[in-house]
Amino acid sequence: MSDASTSSGFGRALVAVYAVFALAASARSVYQLAAKASEAPFAYTLSAVAGVVYVVATVALATDRRALAVATIGFELVGVLGVGLLTLVDGELFPDATVWSDFGAGYGFVPLVLPFVGLWWLHRTRRVGA
Amino acid sequence: MNDPVAYAVAGFALVAAAYAGWHLWREAPFSNGLFYVVSVLELLLLGLLIGGSIALSRTERDVDGVLFVSYLVTVLIIPPAAVVWGIAEKSRWGSGVVVVAMLTVAVLVFRVLGIWQGAYV
Repeated sequence: MSDASTSSGFGRALVAVYAVFALAASARSVYQLAAKASEAPFAYTLSAVAGVVYVVATVALATDRRALAVATIGFELVGVLGVGLLTLVDGELFPDATVWSDFGAGYGFVPLVLPFVGLWWLHRTRRVGA
Repeated sequence: MNDPVAYAVAGFALVAAAYAGWHLWREAPFSNGLFYVVSVLELLLLGLLIGGSIALSRTERDVDGVLFVSYLVTVLIIPPAAVVWGIAEKSRWGSGVVVVAMLTVAVLVFRVLGIWQGAYV
């Protein structure tokens, strides 16, 4: 198949899911930082980081920038696993939730599954020899 | 804003998601029918924004107005975005985009209702 762009076929829907999370995570973080930044600075900073990661991952997948997509989705995987673990171990760090809290339970665990699907998709559409 | 209205709009979004899911299942790309259903949903959401804003100005409730209206505006962006992004894809995944978008709209409408009821702080 000549058209192996990361944003065609199944990738089209994948980009849509990423766009939804880019929107959800950044909107949440803008609201948290604007309305109550001092309440949970660590959690809100992480929310902002998550928002940026999803936005960059969405753009990377939509425009077929593989290296950038691998980097951001890899970061996302580390983020959801790390923050998920942290929320279990030390709940006091997180008086308020982020997208990645409790492995994304507040979002139907989609944030946990999404990076695996993203990496699988990048692997599937990889260009041989490129 | 009364609850049945929000439930009806969310319900319509779920029906639209099912319709798009049926397209996906049948390996059908973005169709005219899908376009009409998404357009109707967009009109319903526009009505929800207008009705919700009027209700907000009249209510005695302690509703987080900024959050409420920003949700209603955000949800309005999703159907057109899904059309633009989904229609360019000629495979079944154009319909897949609509499934994702319609489920998102349903979730957001439920959250709007929650904000109205003061369930989220």
